[in-house]
Amino acid sequence: MTIKLYGAAMSTCTARVLACLHETGAEFELVPVNLLNGEHKQPAFLAKNPFGQIPALEDGDLTLFESRSMSTYVAEKFKGSGGDLLRAQNLKEAALVKTWMEVESQQFSPAISPIFYQFYIVPMQGGSPNQAIIDENSEKLGKVLDVYEKKLGSTKYLAGDFYSLADLHHLSYIYYLMKTPSAKLINERPHVKAWWEDISSRPAFEKVASGLILGEK
Amino acid sequence: MAVIKAHGSLLSTATQRVLACLYEKEVEFQFVPVNMGAGEHKSENYLSLNPFGQVPAFEEGDFNLFESRAITQYIANEYTEKGTQLLLPGSNKTMAALQLWKEVEALQFDPASSKLAWELFYKPFFGLTTDTSVAEENEAKLAKVLDVYETRLAKSKYLACDYFTLADLHHLPNIQCLLGTPAKKLFDSRPLVSAWVADITARPAWSKVLAMQKK
Repeated sequence: MTIKLYGAAMSTCTARVLACLHETGAEFELVPVNLLNGEHKQPAFLAKNPFGQIPALEDGDLTLFESRSMSTYVAEKFKGSGGDLLRAQNLKEAALVKTWMEVESQQFSPAISPIFYQFYIVPMQGGSPNQAIIDENSEKLGKVLDVYEKKLGSTKYLAGDFYSLADLHHLSYIYYLMKTPSAKLINERPHVKAWWEDISSRPAFEKVASGLILGEK
Repeated sequence: MAVIKAHGSLLSTATQRVLACLYEKEVEFQFVPVNMGAGEHKSENYLSLNPFGQVPAFEEGDFNLFESRAITQYIANEYTEKGTQLLLPGSNKTMAALQLWKEVEALQFDPASSKLAWELFYKPFFGLTTDTSVAEENEAKLAKVLDVYETRLAKSKYLACDYFTLADLHHLPNIQCLLGTPAKKLFDSRPLVSAWVADITARPAWSKVLAMQKK
């Protein structure tokens, strides 16, 4: 039974799940959802995600939404194939992975999302990026990345010396950030920069990156 | 047995989230107050426990964690045989339901309810003025989330399944906060949500957290 992922390859949250699917080698089908036509707000899609957002995932009779619960499910189900992204065999390592997954969700994401929105979504809607919003959130993101810089000075990846779902969850948003002037937030921090270069050169991510075409003409 | 220390502030919803979990699991712990008014959460000592300078932080011997939802997950897994069963053991599909509703709390419920709690509860408490347009905006957002909950609770008694889990527990601090404000009507006007709120806030473990605040 193949997993069905409903979303768009260029969308950051869909790409989060795609990265995990490729990393674990899980078989799946990407089913495009037409956002421009409002397909994500129609009853058929709302039945999969009552919040009317992409992505959604189906595996037989299981339907999931929220990208991070989807990636966690995929990582647990396919943990044999690509190594264990959740470190389930060791409860303390698993707790550290979970901690840095929370950091991505609660600290990193709220700071980077508005920057991404201004650079990529606002222009699509015919507007211009709001520099004040970008500056304010760049400052917040900088403080978060200062914590990462310190942590990555003592461990190779966020949760420890092993690549985990905590690192993977950052991929799509940073990829888009690197194409904007705000890339300097990453480039100015040597450990963060080295970590980014490492995780973004993983073969599984390169497959996802080819779909991240927002902003390209 | 290593001593468990929960560092935080009784006013902090994130700290209360961890305390609720510790009481549900009937695990012995020491509460270590962090004096945020004096900036203790930004001291070098505390930053070694939580590099983001936020509460709570968790220690069990020399094992250290931060982020309240990572802490609750660790406690629920490590002490799975004690106290209330807060997880949803079983197949990957079964466990995924718990994961999903924990994500919903964190990403849909928490942002709107936290902002609303800040405007309607904390600002008056600290002598600041509520921004009514921010309050209205977040009330509208929270209402949409609670509509989804109302539909969900027709299918199962609690959010993830028919028994109380971490997914429900994680909501307690923000719900309790909002029950003391005009936003209470958002819960009262939805019968299934209202019943669920009444049920989870009446749990003895949660009453113990509230009792700590009264001392």
